[in-house]
Amino acid sequence: MTNNKTQVSFKNSYRSDRIFQVTLSTAAYLLLVLLVGILITLVLGSIPTIKSHGFNFAFDKVWNPIMEEFGALPFIIGTLLTSLIALAISFPVSMSISLFLGEYFKKGSISSLFSNILELLAGIPSVIYGFTALFFIVPIIRWIEIKLGIPAIGLGIMTASIVLAVMIIPYAASIAREVLKLTPNDLKEGGYALGATRYELIRYITFPQARSGIMAGTLLAFGRALGETMAVTMVIGNANVIPKNIFDPANTMASIIANEFSEASSDLHMAALIEIGLLLFLITAFFNIIGKLYIKRLAKK
Amino acid sequence: MKLIKSSLLVLSSAFLIASCGGSDKQNTQKESSNDISILGAGSSFGFPIYSKVFSEYHNATGAKVNYQSIGSSGGIKQLTSKKVDFGGTDKFLTDEDIQKIGAPIVHIPTCIGAIALAYNLEGNPQINLSPEVLSAMYLGKITQWNDPKIQAINPDAKLPNQKITVVHRSDGSGTSYNYTLYLSRVNPEWESSVGTGASVKWPTGVGGKGNEGIAGIIQQTPGSIGYVELVYAMQTGLKYASIQNAAGNFITPSLEATKNSANIDLPADSRIYIINSEATDAYPISSFTWAILYKEQNYNGRTKEQATALVKALWWLTHQGQEFCEPLDYVRLPNPAVQVAEKALLSITFDGQALLTEAPTWQAKK
Repeated sequence: MTNNKTQVSFKNSYRSDRIFQVTLSTAAYLLLVLLVGILITLVLGSIPTIKSHGFNFAFDKVWNPIMEEFGALPFIIGTLLTSLIALAISFPVSMSISLFLGEYFKKGSISSLFSNILELLAGIPSVIYGFTALFFIVPIIRWIEIKLGIPAIGLGIMTASIVLAVMIIPYAASIAREVLKLTPNDLKEGGYALGATRYELIRYITFPQARSGIMAGTLLAFGRALGETMAVTMVIGNANVIPKNIFDPANTMASIIANEFSEASSDLHMAALIEIGLLLFLITAFFNIIGKLYIKRLAKK
Repeated sequence: MKLIKSSLLVLSSAFLIASCGGSDKQNTQKESSNDISILGAGSSFGFPIYSKVFSEYHNATGAKVNYQSIGSSGGIKQLTSKKVDFGGTDKFLTDEDIQKIGAPIVHIPTCIGAIALAYNLEGNPQINLSPEVLSAMYLGKITQWNDPKIQAINPDAKLPNQKITVVHRSDGSGTSYNYTLYLSRVNPEWESSVGTGASVKWPTGVGGKGNEGIAGIIQQTPGSIGYVELVYAMQTGLKYASIQNAAGNFITPSLEATKNSANIDLPADSRIYIINSEATDAYPISSFTWAILYKEQNYNGRTKEQATALVKALWWLTHQGQEFCEPLDYVRLPNPAVQVAEKALLSITFDGQALLTEAPTWQAKK
């Protein structure tokens, strides 16, 4: 009885609360509508190539707009390869940074200085990363290529991966830092009480505690690498073929769209680019879902 | 809270009144015809010269023309969907294209562009290239700088034993269209295996985005060669090659040599590629850039004033405006081309009536 009564009064006196809630949920549902809207637009836009090329679109190796042959495989490979290599390069670095800031220097001027630098790095426009890479990383890669005795162009998968690695470090590192900070103090004190060294503490207590958070940060960084366009376009060499080694020029899905969309004159060419967008959307969603499932499983443990 | 609200109200109404006053003032100051604004979009090649000319046009006559650089294909699309008054393009519309649009389109040549082959070689030698050698490089058949075929046409140059890095545009562009058109004209193998287009399947090489992307790669890569707009090569200080023209002469690209390429018989509708021009002193890789518009201007409820303003603006661009070309490293139209442009502009109609019957006049700006 009393419960009922309070509910009624709640309803009457907090009408503004109700309006507030409706506003919030509308905004949230709008997000869902937006997502579905994007998906529908992409599917509708790519119908011409889905009709003419079918499933072969994702597995064909040839991209020739004049002959209207459209195969997305070189771009799918380019995208996955650059993102994976970038992840492999950035992971040890971002972990070190996050331990440094989340475990060793949690407070104080050094910590705030480095945290600010990290945020600054995340905010730099990608075209600036691209330029910097063109003038500093490309010559280094070319020097390595000369040493290895392969064609020394300096532009290619490896250069793009290094740029991507630098670009995604701030994302992975700042999330990992936050979760490392969350390790309960009593656990750590318990560890020290048992005579653990600092390294052992990190190895056996902090890391296992933070694993799901680190994984989430890594996935976010990977997603960012998959979709990065400008910086990659500037250094990957934009060759629409499957790379034979990791120094070869190649191209990514986001980059081919940015390159060819504005001058795609035939309808089929346009549809092919939109279908690449659709595939990129699906690939990003796939890795996100896999990541979420993995995190859930870890959290249960 | 109430105080804030009421003060906001006062403020905003003050703005409203102020802005009304402003526009009133404008109306009385200017002729009503000067309030018409012409909108154009398309070729990024033409953008620098169009913005300069139309800004001078505004200063001289008070008329407003707004041009957006969105690429040739974009310009054609915007004109087709009737969102702009005129489009800018580096490739002309074929009869088939025009048939698809469903209404006659008039091409007005506005200036001439050339494509230079820029390169990065040790010791900066000036090199000559023949169409055969150039197309073989882009087909991936000549891969070393000291290839005997290159040496044969450069007897004095010291060519390094270095791999040739071929650079092309990665983004679809009118420049690529004209360059691949040139390669198709001079080499049947290129025509059959690659073809002509804004984006093609390049047999070899790396891609740079935009002229600046190609220039960046060339500056960075010893042994590289790539094509850029001549304006761009001149202004960035890149070294560029002399190309053998149809008459067999090696011509260093320059404004003069580019202009010479248009010294041929032009068709009345100006739809011709002057690439690989027959003229003996012509640089071979050059092309007109055009403004395109509907021949019959009464569509989509347009006013006659709007149509007249458009034709007058394009007249100014192809006449008085030409003097701004050379200071910006653009090639001005030779006289025969100006005459072709004139005839084309005189043919523009509104309800079947010609909009201009002679050179237009402008009232002095008030």
